[in-house]
Amino acid sequence: MIRLENVTFTYMDDDFPAVDDVTLHIEEGSFVVLIGHNGSGKSTLARLLNALLIPTHGDVWVDNMNTKEEDNIWEIRKKVGMVFQNPDNQLVSTVVEEEVAFGPENLGVEPEQIEERITKSLEQVGMSSYRKHPPHMLSGGQKQRIAIAGVLAMEPRMIVFDESTAMLDPQGRKEVLETIKALKKKDMTILLITHFMEEAVFADRVLVMDDGKIVMDGSPKEIFSRTEELHSYQMEFPEVIDLANTLRSAGMNLTTDILERDQLVTELCRLL
Amino acid sequence: MLRDITVGQYYPGNSILHRLDPRTKLIGTFLFIIVIFMVKTSPQYLLLGLFVLLNVFLSKVPLRFIIRGLRSIVFILMFAFAINLFFTPGTPIFRLWRIRITHEGLRLAFTMMMRLVLLIMGTSLMTLTSSPIQLTDGIERLFSPLKRVGFPAHEVAMMMSIALRFIPTLLEETDKIMKAQMARGADFESGRLLQRARALVPLLVPLFIASFKRADDLANAMEARCYRGGRGRTRLHELRYSSRDFLAFLTLAFLTAGVYVLGII
Repeated sequence: MIRLENVTFTYMDDDFPAVDDVTLHIEEGSFVVLIGHNGSGKSTLARLLNALLIPTHGDVWVDNMNTKEEDNIWEIRKKVGMVFQNPDNQLVSTVVEEEVAFGPENLGVEPEQIEERITKSLEQVGMSSYRKHPPHMLSGGQKQRIAIAGVLAMEPRMIVFDESTAMLDPQGRKEVLETIKALKKKDMTILLITHFMEEAVFADRVLVMDDGKIVMDGSPKEIFSRTEELHSYQMEFPEVIDLANTLRSAGMNLTTDILERDQLVTELCRLL
Repeated sequence: MLRDITVGQYYPGNSILHRLDPRTKLIGTFLFIIVIFMVKTSPQYLLLGLFVLLNVFLSKVPLRFIIRGLRSIVFILMFAFAINLFFTPGTPIFRLWRIRITHEGLRLAFTMMMRLVLLIMGTSLMTLTSSPIQLTDGIERLFSPLKRVGFPAHEVAMMMSIALRFIPTLLEETDKIMKAQMARGADFESGRLLQRARALVPLLVPLFIASFKRADDLANAMEARCYRGGRGRTRLHELRYSSRDFLAFLTLAFLTAGVYVLGII
């Protein structure tokens, strides 16, 4: 789906690259989580994927289209949708249905078809009953779900979530994560960028970024077992994994593949 | 306290006036204003007055909403009334020391006031029955023929609708910053005018900076959703004239004719 070849990006006034010689392949239908502390270059990497930024060196390929080619830009952005961090700053309209219609309108889709797409995408995010509401009256989580519906209405193949849960309260985060998990079931390619490590638990693949480079790459179990290394990249462990690690180092005989609370509970019950 | 401010004065409803195409209402209001300034005699005023009242009735907007619109111009009304009453030369009908009221003055004062009242009632009826979005859509479509000579009709309409979209967001933010500053001892409510204006600086600076950040974010989000100006864009709700609009224009034509005929007699 997406290939990055030796991609480097330096912001205009900076001396150091924000993304430094990254080579990466994201497969169709996979759910990839990208974690890293603030300023590690995650958001810059995301913006390189849909041609919001063009690499200083190297190439980004989306379905064999290079983001450098001016002619490809709109086709690429149609394929790779993006949900941003601040729910207030990415909504354009004063009515939910117009908000969802914004993308398809830009693509020149016929009005009757836009109508269908609105119904379908609002259903997918569970916001059908809010169709005529003004978005500014909704909660943060609801606003983000509307933003997701807005992207879905463009019928993309991949969605990049650029810290879309960072500004939400726990309830809002849960709503958005549930929506993302539902999308995964429908074979959407997903890249979730976050600094909450517990969100990485659901992924097929976890990437850790530090200083503009991808420093770790593997399945969640694999990544979470490399405790020391993760700590050196200033990553906070999810509570459950932290607890399991502590118990293990205190001499308890726990298996190494505990990621979620239920697993820990079962494992502890087994030992008792 | 800032939350009480509403944008525009849309009174949601589903009357025939609400369902008219916003373009019809914009053009209609414009014609109505022209007609008002053609009017000279009392029968003509009577006709226009009846026309406005009929529309108020059709719109199902409570009369007090329209009266409220008049309240803001009471001062202007009184001023115009007084100027015309005291300073029009002609046959005096009343004299007290240096103040004198003429027959012509009295007449002019009344007609001028009627004119202003009808003007405000007519135009506020338009804003009461069309949502801001409908109005921007209408403006975009009305001005789109001017695109050929370089007038950015789509961009202007987009700017207006984004401004409308962000008013509640910015109000909320202002409220938040004000509370944050007040918690640290800022005082926005006492002191003289100059002091109060100065107290607003620490409020406006963060608000201004945050707006730039928002604009940048929004531009990114719009581009990510393939926004590239008005060209090749479709609309979810395409504006379409219907028989209602035809009827509205016909009524206006009759009104104009009526005013003209009454003027000749």
